[in-house]
Amino acid sequence: MSERVNEEKKSPAPGATSGGSQPDGASAGKSGTKSGSMSGGSPVAAAKAEAVLPTLGPLGMLRWAWTQLTSMRTALFLLLMLAVGAVPGSLFPQRPANPSIVTQYIKDNPDYGKILDSLQLYDVYSSAWFSAIYILLFISLIGCVVPRAIAHYKAMRSQPPRTPARLSRLPEYGTLVLPAGAGVPASRAIDDAAGLLTKRGYRVDVRDRDGARPSIGAERGFLREVGNLVFHTALIGVLVSVAVGGLFGYSGQRILVEGDTFVNTLVGYDQFTPGSNFQSSQLEPYSVQLDKFQITFDRESQGKIGQPIDFQADVTTRESPDAPARKEVLKVNDPLTLGGTSMYLTGNGYAPVVTIRDGAGNIAMQGPVVAKLQGDNYYSSAVIKVPDAKPDQLAFAGFFLPTAFVTEEGVSFSGDPELFNPQLTLNSYYGDLGLDDGAPQNVFELDVKKLTPLNARNLDAGGITLSPGTSYTLPDGKGTISFGGVKRYIGVDIHHNPGQLYALIFALLAVAGLVTSLYVNRRRVWVRTGTHADGRTMVEYGLLARGEDHRLAGEAAAIRRLLAGAWDLDDDGGSQSAPSGGADNNRADTTRPGASAGASADVGQASPDHPAADFIQSTAGSSESKKEQ
Amino acid sequence: MLPINETMGQYSELFMLLAAGTYTVAFIAFAWDLAKSSKTLRAVDLKAAGLAGAAAARVPVAAGVGASSSAGTVDRADGDVAGPVGRAERPTSSVAGGSGGNAAGIGHTADGTMRYAAERRAPARVAVALTVLGAAIHAAGVITRALGAGRVPWGNMYEFLTTGAFVAVAVFLLVLVRRDLRFLGTFVVGLAIIMLVAASVAYWTPVGHLVPALQSYWLIIHVSIAVLSSALFTLTFAMSALQLVQTHRQKTIAAGGADKLGFMRLVPSALSLENLSYRINAIAFVGWTFTLMFGAIWAEKAWGRFWGWDTKEVWTFVIWVVYAGYLHARATRGWTGTRAAWLSIVGYLCVVFNFTIVNQFFNGLHSYSGL
Ligand code: HEM
Repeated sequence: MSERVNEEKKSPAPGATSGGSQPDGASAGKSGTKSGSMSGGSPVAAAKAEAVLPTLGPLGMLRWAWTQLTSMRTALFLLLMLAVGAVPGSLFPQRPANPSIVTQYIKDNPDYGKILDSLQLYDVYSSAWFSAIYILLFISLIGCVVPRAIAHYKAMRSQPPRTPARLSRLPEYGTLVLPAGAGVPASRAIDDAAGLLTKRGYRVDVRDRDGARPSIGAERGFLREVGNLVFHTALIGVLVSVAVGGLFGYSGQRILVEGDTFVNTLVGYDQFTPGSNFQSSQLEPYSVQLDKFQITFDRESQGKIGQPIDFQADVTTRESPDAPARKEVLKVNDPLTLGGTSMYLTGNGYAPVVTIRDGAGNIAMQGPVVAKLQGDNYYSSAVIKVPDAKPDQLAFAGFFLPTAFVTEEGVSFSGDPELFNPQLTLNSYYGDLGLDDGAPQNVFELDVKKLTPLNARNLDAGGITLSPGTSYTLPDGKGTISFGGVKRYIGVDIHHNPGQLYALIFALLAVAGLVTSLYVNRRRVWVRTGTHADGRTMVEYGLLARGEDHRLAGEAAAIRRLLAGAWDLDDDGGSQSAPSGGADNNRADTTRPGASAGASADVGQASPDHPAADFIQSTAGSSESKKEQ
Repeated sequence: MLPINETMGQYSELFMLLAAGTYTVAFIAFAWDLAKSSKTLRAVDLKAAGLAGAAAARVPVAAGVGASSSAGTVDRADGDVAGPVGRAERPTSSVAGGSGGNAAGIGHTADGTMRYAAERRAPARVAVALTVLGAAIHAAGVITRALGAGRVPWGNMYEFLTTGAFVAVAVFLLVLVRRDLRFLGTFVVGLAIIMLVAASVAYWTPVGHLVPALQSYWLIIHVSIAVLSSALFTLTFAMSALQLVQTHRQKTIAAGGADKLGFMRLVPSALSLENLSYRINAIAFVGWTFTLMFGAIWAEKAWGRFWGWDTKEVWTFVIWVVYAGYLHARATRGWTGTRAAWLSIVGYLCVVFNFTIVNQFFNGLHSYSGL
């Protein structure tokens, strides 16, 4: 692209700019060298010129580097690098998503796990090399967009390019002839054409209106480049929005058992991940109480019986501690929005409610125990730590089954996700839980190394098996445990991302720009008229597209139709919607061979040094090509 | 949530099998058309060669890159025909049309503009008619599946495959209305057969409800656009692959080599293929951009973040970037033509990879493949 920009800079005269777009031949001779840099009259030569290292000073080197970085080729290369660079992130576990899996992966692969880590392959999207790729890409993008925007601004304010000497060399070309008696002289014909093109959205410049060969240059489709610039600029916007979200956003998790209330303060979270510029004063102290959580299980699809098909959490929310309470529903795919954050339903499970009395007979623990999902049908693990039990601290670990079944080998499993036969099977321990020194522990795991087992299947006392409403007395008078009932819990994620809305806006802008730039066509039209010696008015027109434009032939036909309509010409060529190339290039000639071919030849004969020589050229060219076909 | 209707589901499976059977016959007809037309063309060529000597051998490729020398004096626009190699002004329809016209004269099934030629190709007509019939049965299969499950029929691998195959065929038939792409028939219909068979054999899943994560209107928007874009990418993949072969063949012939790939006579010139696949890719790219965006919006609704580099997200992004690269390549000196075609092919391979391998073997939040 920088090629294109430079090109436009070098040739401020609007006429010269079009030089690069001349298809070939004589007219290209004038601007051949310029077009070489763009349309690649000689790609090899151009490539060589590019490859020569300049023997310039440091400033020259910098300039050269900048030109390289902002070249289209570099942009393409960086784009492909970005694609390749993103792939490893899907092949290896990533820390931000799953830190524990990464740790396990490194342990499992001692030979290369560490090496991958040193290559930042577990943090691909924040790695130095991935960042380098996209930062370079975006620098290139800026270096690309800014000069192009300036160039385009100038182009939009300058006149359409000068009329080429030979319109017949343009990709789309045609002639029309007005009979002598029509009363449309060359100057009026050009005015009519100008009017029509203006109406069609072209910016029109009339040249030499009262001369012998008046012409117009017209151009439209500036929005194409505008769209392209908006698209690329909006991409920068998306990137910045994402960065802002990372800096000022935060996210956290919380588990809520039915009846629990979450208050949006730091202590309210089980886990909290602040953005780098987060301040706790950002948190608005709203509250959410989980009243009830319902699950619908599939009872009819073959092979999927027992799969959850609907989750619904009924909650009571308050925007602030003294705001009125509101009943709301939280579902998957349907988050709650409160205090600038959104709350998502991300997990759920059962929480058996237990009461534990210690050896002294006091209640040491009472409440729901969040059981962690382990297998099918809500087969869950339960860990209970009772640091307040006296004289010895107590701990339990085991499983919760909503619908317990036991195989003949004594393996228990859950037969259904619903609470048809809830069962809590536990081992018990006593000793020092290690909680007193304040070191954080995972609530879902129990380290039994320093504990003494009380109940286990391989001990004399056996394991503990409880159903709702039953109790068990621990051996050696260590206390009792009773299983009161079961509640449900949900896991919620709470997110605040201030960049999100902007990312959306920029993404929409990008799409709008993209569509504009792909579907608006930038076109130039030139029309030239002249009066024949016998009084007829000769009209020729040519079209040129900048960039990809497969509808140029259609546009030529449409313009022809309009012109013919304005002058009441009986021209069936125009009604042909999308003609094949041959006919198209010289429609007048093919549709009305006698009239125009003869006429054009006449023009040439009448005034051999007249610019109308073009007419002869084109006529000759097309009849030749017809023969060829 | 509507109840499951197993009977509908069974009808659907029956329709899918019938559709696959019809497609198989259509496939044979398309192949027959290729073989027959190739023979006819060969005969025409031989006759032409007898008349015009060696020059005739070059005519079938006159629309192409290598042909500028022979056609340049004839067609004004050939200055542009000479590139996709290094040009700022890319060829317009008149170029493809003008030079395609040359080729049409000797019986290309599809000329440069890929409009229908005058001559009738009976096997091709039969093939298209059968494909339409197959697609109608296939549509019935997709619709009964939707009715049976009481929701959109794209919630697991089986449904992605069956519905995806239908969309691919439907898009192909739609394009056929305007353009003569019948030379792609074996490819598209063959792919549809493979997808239907794979769905029925490897991924069969009875009608069922959606998991809660998929219960969202974004499923309808996001996935339908993704499937539609993929169908378009499928067409351009085939065209880009043919473009590479055709380029090779044109070069060989231009260098005076023997034409060993006779059936490629049926296929338009490399430049025409490049131009049309560019246009389709541009549409598909916009579609993919929407897929990416809507996916992000949905991810925000479902998981609380619009972008998290989940494996599926990574690959959707990779595909997007590859096709952005493709669009850039078309405007970059030295990257048009063959290299751009390679990018289009790589892009499609990523699409296939994203759908098959990523859905099944990569763990991510998108574990909805229903396996
Ligand atoms: C973030 C990376 C980029 C992406 C995703 C991207 C994407 C695209 C896409 C999809 C198009 C085609 C649609 C359109 O014309 O608007 C395009 C066109 C274009 N891009 Fe980029 N681009 C990126 C970076 C760049 C850079 C760094 C440059 C400058 C060196 C650049 C220069 C251009 C130009 C000149 C065009 C117009 C090509 C034509 O005439 O068809 N782009 N880009």
